[in-house]
Order: sequence, then C-alpha cells, then structure tokens
Amino acid sequence: MSATAEAPVRRPQGVLRQLLGRPRAAFGLVVIAVMVTAALFAPWLMPHDPFAQSFDGLDLMGAPLPPGGAYPLGTDLLGRDLASRLILGTRTSLIIGVVANGIAVVLGAGVGITAGYFCGWTAAILMRFTDLMMAFPALLLAIVLAAIFQPSLMIVALVIAMVNWVQMSRVIYTETRSLAEREFIQVQRAIGSGPLRILGRHLLPHLLSSIIVFGTLGISTTVLLEATLSYLGVGVQPPMPSWGNIIFENQTYFSTAPWLVFIPGLLIVLLALAFNLVGDALRDVLDPTLKGRH
Amino acid sequence: MSAKDDTGRGGRRPVLSVRDLTVQVATEAGAKTVLDGLSFDLVAGETLALAGESGSGKSMTALAIMGLLPKPMARITSGAIRLGETELTTLDEANYRRIRSARIAMIFQEPMTSLNPLMRVETQLCEVLLEHGICARGEAPARALRLLQDVRLTEPERRLKQYPHELSGGMRQRVMIAMALACEPEVLIADEPTTALDVTVQAEILDLVRTLQREHGTAVLMITHDMGVVAEMADRVVVLRAGREEEQAPVRDLFAAPRTDYARALLAAVPRLGTASARPERAEARKVVEVDDLSVRFDLAGGLLNRTVARVHAVENVSFHIHAGETLALVGESGCGKSTIGKALMGLVPWQGSIRVDGVQTGGRSRAAMRPVLRDIQMVFQDPGASLDARMPVGAQVTEPMRVHGLVAGSELGDRAEWLFRRVGLSPDMLRRYPHEFSGGQRQRICIARALSLGPKVIVADESVSALDVSVQAQVLDLLRELQEADGLAYLFISHDMAVVEGVADRVMVMRLGQVMEEGPRDAVLRDPRHPYTRRLLAAVPVPDPTRARPPIPDTAGIEAASPIFPVGRGPARVALEEARPGHRVARAT
Repeated sequence: MSATAEAPVRRPQGVLRQLLGRPRAAFGLVVIAVMVTAALFAPWLMPHDPFAQSFDGLDLMGAPLPPGGAYPLGTDLLGRDLASRLILGTRTSLIIGVVANGIAVVLGAGVGITAGYFCGWTAAILMRFTDLMMAFPALLLAIVLAAIFQPSLMIVALVIAMVNWVQMSRVIYTETRSLAEREFIQVQRAIGSGPLRILGRHLLPHLLSSIIVFGTLGISTTVLLEATLSYLGVGVQPPMPSWGNIIFENQTYFSTAPWLVFIPGLLIVLLALAFNLVGDALRDVLDPTLKGRH
Repeated sequence: MSAKDDTGRGGRRPVLSVRDLTVQVATEAGAKTVLDGLSFDLVAGETLALAGESGSGKSMTALAIMGLLPKPMARITSGAIRLGETELTTLDEANYRRIRSARIAMIFQEPMTSLNPLMRVETQLCEVLLEHGICARGEAPARALRLLQDVRLTEPERRLKQYPHELSGGMRQRVMIAMALACEPEVLIADEPTTALDVTVQAEILDLVRTLQREHGTAVLMITHDMGVVAEMADRVVVLRAGREEEQAPVRDLFAAPRTDYARALLAAVPRLGTASARPERAEARKVVEVDDLSVRFDLAGGLLNRTVARVHAVENVSFHIHAGETLALVGESGCGKSTIGKALMGLVPWQGSIRVDGVQTGGRSRAAMRPVLRDIQMVFQDPGASLDARMPVGAQVTEPMRVHGLVAGSELGDRAEWLFRRVGLSPDMLRRYPHEFSGGQRQRICIARALSLGPKVIVADESVSALDVSVQAQVLDLLRELQEADGLAYLFISHDMAVVEGVADRVMVMRLGQVMEEGPRDAVLRDPRHPYTRRLLAAVPVPDPTRARPPIPDTAGIEAASPIFPVGRGPARVALEEARPGHRVARAT
C-alpha cells in the first residue's frame, strides 16, 4: 500500500531482466541458451562425424570406449562419437520438446478454456472428445499416426502433440469452470463484455500459471515419448540421433557402458529442469500480486 | 494497560488468563507483529468479547490460545497463556491435543466447512467423545443423542443419522456447538459463530449459547466484529485494533462511555435500527425500472437420464418498480431470491415475465442486444476483492466498460479514469496499481467507479457493503448517497442488514422464498410492519445497546425447514398482496 511514487517505475522493467535477476531462473536461461547454441551451430561444434562408425571407436573386444581420450564422452556400440551425436541430437530433442510441447499446450489450453467457459453443447462435445483421446492408449495412437504419415521430425512432433494435449485441456477445463463462476467474470458479463474479451483478457492471465507449470512439465515427457517412438521404429529415423533414441539404442549395455545412458538422460533432465525453473520464475514475474517479492 | 483492574468479578480466579501475548508472523519484509502485548482474564461463567475490525488480530488470539497458529509462519514470541494451572505457550503438541476439546473448545464461523461432509452427525459426535475417553463405545450413541437434545435440535434421533449437507446452517451450527460442549470444556471460544447465519437463526444460536453457558458455567470467549452481538452477549469487552488492545471495559461502561477515540468512533459507526434520519422528500419521478410478474426458476437435473427432476423457484411472480433518484431496498434471508432478482435485471440469469429498464423491454435479448440496456443499469457486487481482476491494473478495469461499449477511446480513457477516481474519492495517481494494493473499502470504491463509468440510471447494489468493516461501510454508504443526490441515480439495494437498509432506503421490499411478503415506504415497513415475517426479521436484529434487551423473537418453528425447491409441475402457493394503506402492500396471512 505504501510507496506511491515508485509504483509506476516498477512495471516497465523488462520480463527478461526480471528473470535474469533471479538466480535460479538465470541458471535455467543459461542452460537453454547453451542448448539452443549447440543445436544451431552443431556442424561446427561436433568434434567427429556423428555418423561415422570407426574402428578406433571400439576396443579390441568390440566394446564401446569409455569417456576420455580422443572421444571426450566415449563412443556408442557402433563406435560413433557420443559427444557429436549428443550435440546433433540437441536439434531433434529441442524441436520435439519445444515444438511438440508448444502445439500440445496451445491446443490443450485452447480446448480447455473454450469448453470451460462455454457450457452446454460446446463443452459436452469437446470434453467427450478429450475423454475419448484420454481413453485411447497414447502409444498406440502415436504408432498408428506415425505409420500413416512418413516419419519425419515435424510429423513426429505433431504426433506427440496429438497425444499430449489431452491432460492439459482437462486441467485447464476444470480451472476455467471454477474461474468462470468467480465474481470478476460475472462483472464482465454485467458490463456487457464479449466472450473473446473475457477469455483473452480476464481468464487467460489467471490460467497462465497452470499453463506454464504444465507446459514445462510436458517437456521431459515429450522428449521421452519421442525416444519411445524412435525405439519402436516410428520416431526419428536412424541414423539421425536424438537424446531419446541414444538412450534406447544403448540401454541393453547399461551395465557395461553406463555413460551411454546416463549422459543423454542427464541432458534430458537438465533441459526439463531449465524450462521448469524459467517457467516458475516467469509465473511469478507475470503475477502482479507477487510483485517485488523473490 | 493493566488487565487486573478491569477484571470486573473481583476475587474469582480466572479460568483462562492471557498475559502480554505477542504473536509475530514471518513475512517477506521481515517479522510482523500481529498481536502486541495482549492481556485479559476469563472467569468461569462469564462472556468476554474480543471485538474489532478485520485485521485487528482477534482470530489470531483464538488460534494462539488453541495452539493452532499456522506454523512455521506465525509464532508466539512472548507472553503467557494460562489455563487454570497449565501454561499453554510451552505445551507440546501431544499434550495440547489432550486439552483441545476437553478443556478448551472452539466453534468456527462456517459450520459447513468445519463438519466433515462425508460423515454422519452421530459418527462425528461419537468420535469426539471416544477420542477424549468421555464414555465407553457402547454408551457413545446415547450420549450423542443427549448432546443434540441439549442444543435443542429438533428431531434429534433423525439428525444423528443425517449428513451435514442435509441440515440447515443453523442446525449445523447447533451440531458444532454440541461437539464443542461434548467434553464439558472450561472455555468455549466462539469465532464469529453467527456471521454466516441469517439474523433470525443468529438470534436463536446466541440464545442457545447463553442458555448453555448458564447451565454449564462455561467461560465464553466471543470473537466478533458485530457490536450488536457484543452488546447482547458480553459481560466484558476487549476492543482490539491492529493487534493492540484499545480498550477493555465492562460492556455497559463501554457502550455508555467509551474512553478511547477509537472505541467511540467504532460505536458511532454502527448502524442502529430506528435511528435513521428521514429521507429527503422527492418529487414523483418517472420509473426507471419496471418489473412485472418476474419469475426465475432453476432446473435441478437428476436420475439416470439427467432429466429435470425438480425446480428451484428462486423468484415467483414478483412485481415492483423504482423511480429515478430513489432507493428500493430488497431485504430477506439467504435463499429468498433477492440476489437472483438483481441478476435477472442484469440479464445474468434466464427469467420469465417483464423487465423494463428506462422504458426498454429487456426480455428476449441476446447478449449483444442486451448491451445498450446495460448502459442504463449496472451492478456493484458483494465482495470487492473478488469482483476485481487481480491481474489487471485498476485504471484499466475502471474504464473497461467504456472500451467494451466503444464510447471512449485513446488518450481520453486516461482522463475519464482520473475523473471517475476523483468522483469516488480516490487519488488518480493510484490508477496504475493492482487490486491487492488497496484496502477493502477502496476496492469497493473502485467497483463503484467502474459501475459509474457508463453513466447508468440504475445501480444494483448486491450486498455491496456487507463485506466491509462498519467504519468503512459508513463511508461507502455516504458515497452512494452523494452520487445519488448529484446524479439522480436509482438504487436497487439488496441487503440482509436491516439497520443499513434503514439508513439508505426510500422504500423497502421484504422477500421470503422467492415471493414478496411486504412492500412499502421505509417508515411504514420498518416501523409499522404488518406481516409476521417482517416483524420476526426486525425483532431478530441485535440491538447495539447492552441496557436494552432484545425482545424475544416470535416463534420460528417450521420456518427454517421451508424450501423453494418443488417437483416439476408443482410450485409454491402464490401469495396475494393486499394494500394495507396507499403504497404499502402486505401479503395476506396464510
């Protein structure tokens, strides 16, 4: 209630600067930046050819090399440089994590908010459809979709989005239902505001925190789902690497060559964590009631 | 301030004694003291009221005594709470559990949320009895029945087998009291026990607490914001403000001659029934709202096929009108349909009948076609915190109606926002702030500014001051009055509070179960009520004067049970209104 004078100057500070001011969010941003750089400049950053199956890459028994030496992160079963494959795989995994998850978030939030605000037939049809999608085994659906279309990176992203939007729409639907009953939405109706204005300007900002939390949680799920699809042969096609399919290709050798599973796994965790930290901070920065607190 | 001097009952040992109690809450900005050196004594059989406005720390005191402070944010930093020989501030949780319910019991404001909705009344009562080893398992049901008889619940055998949702608010509060008294505690803490209840039910519950106190000799700590309740119940009063004791005095002394300015101001702000000055005479103006035969019914679906099985007859054949510049007050208890009428006027619920706003029929319009009508009629809701969007600066919210209606655009919006802010007594440099940066009263001013932005002829004020502290309430009512005089605004003032209504209304309409019981000029209805229901409502209002006992309220048996829900095809018997004198209509007694 205090600080009359400083009230106007607090707002214009950029969202990015506010994020960088929070240590955890800054860490997340740095991780994301590093990964994006790796994806963009992969051809120049890779120490070896990621597709080359060299004899140097295997020991005399034909087993992969552990990290160190000429291959900083070791080699995989076919003697390919793991570091190079991971760097190139960043492209796939980032695209899957961001694009597939982005589509899922937009679709899920859109369906949820529409069904939640417009009761009656619209809601009934949309939510029954959502339930149907939920009841359908996600993996099976993904396999069918991927089999119909030629598996390419974008198709895989789309397929993953198709099976992943459902949970988001359920959560947003319930939350919109309860928000729509609240008095400030009643007020909007009493003023005569149209549905677009109510949805966009009044409901969406209140749903943002749930959308962000669910959106960032979805990143690790999508990256792993891509891996599953790759494993089943309907995901990103080999020899193109993705973090997920590196794990799946090598999991049978987990006991003898654990780095092949650990390192890409760690990267997936790091990616999800980075987005989570940024998402959390973003939610706080965008919430005016929490302004000025850390 | 020493509490010892004020202990009116010299010599008797206090059951509960609080000394220099200080409670701090950890906030982002550091520790904040919410209770500061509070001291009082509670003697067996007496009632001590902790009175104060919101944020005064009265509930914090109750939680501190019960050992229920939200940990780890809040903690007692100094002071002592003694219950008989036991020091409570240093007690560990296991020992505290033995004291709660057994020696200190508490009843809360909202009886529905304090009872477990999935358990029968009997199970919940027996649980308390068994937990504290009051009786053997076999005896418990009989004991529970006796408890319900003690709190004068009708049909106690049937109530035992019911679930909380099957009981009315008053019955639930009786069950809560029965649970609280199950172990015969020495101290009963009642935290706003009647705030969520209708006045007639409130009167009954207060009577019950008094009777039980006499029978059991329990010491009662009554926490309330309502000075009427204080006057009616308390022997002594502690007036709290921002965590500090402002004044501690026997109730009669406090009301007769408050020593501190704050207590004086607080008492002066309390609306008193029967003291309102005459409303200004107005020339007969045109009618801005005409309602004919308005009915609102909500379908209740049920059964396997989700068919309509019953209807809530929320409003039945109600007709009234409001002149320009006039205030029509709509009063009645919860569920009587008064808010539904407000919503029907705004087109927020489907209705049948005829509503004209400034001569324009509003029936059968789509939402878009309703828009021009909404320029003439606007609404101010009960809870200003909930009716503002927490994520939008208030300036944008105040001008939003003008943007929606395309009346003003661009830079002029800012000027209009400033003008509106000044009109409701707020400083224009607060326009860029968010709702949480304002107090409750300021927020309600913002809501009023928003309602004014379209230049309406009528404002529906639905319990618009009920959520505010009395001092703030008075200011907001003054603002409404000023705006009415300046602009000739008409108000439909929906309220349950008779004393507030008396201060603002030109005419009063009393509703019950969706139908009008009595309608007429304020003085006729409130000072010479003709319908028994109106009389009962008025008699139940607590009188903020400890020297005047409230007259016993007329019999209420069976009234509480009446419901506006009927099977499809049936409906309530239509009540016919007769003119008792010109302009004063009364429902024919049935």
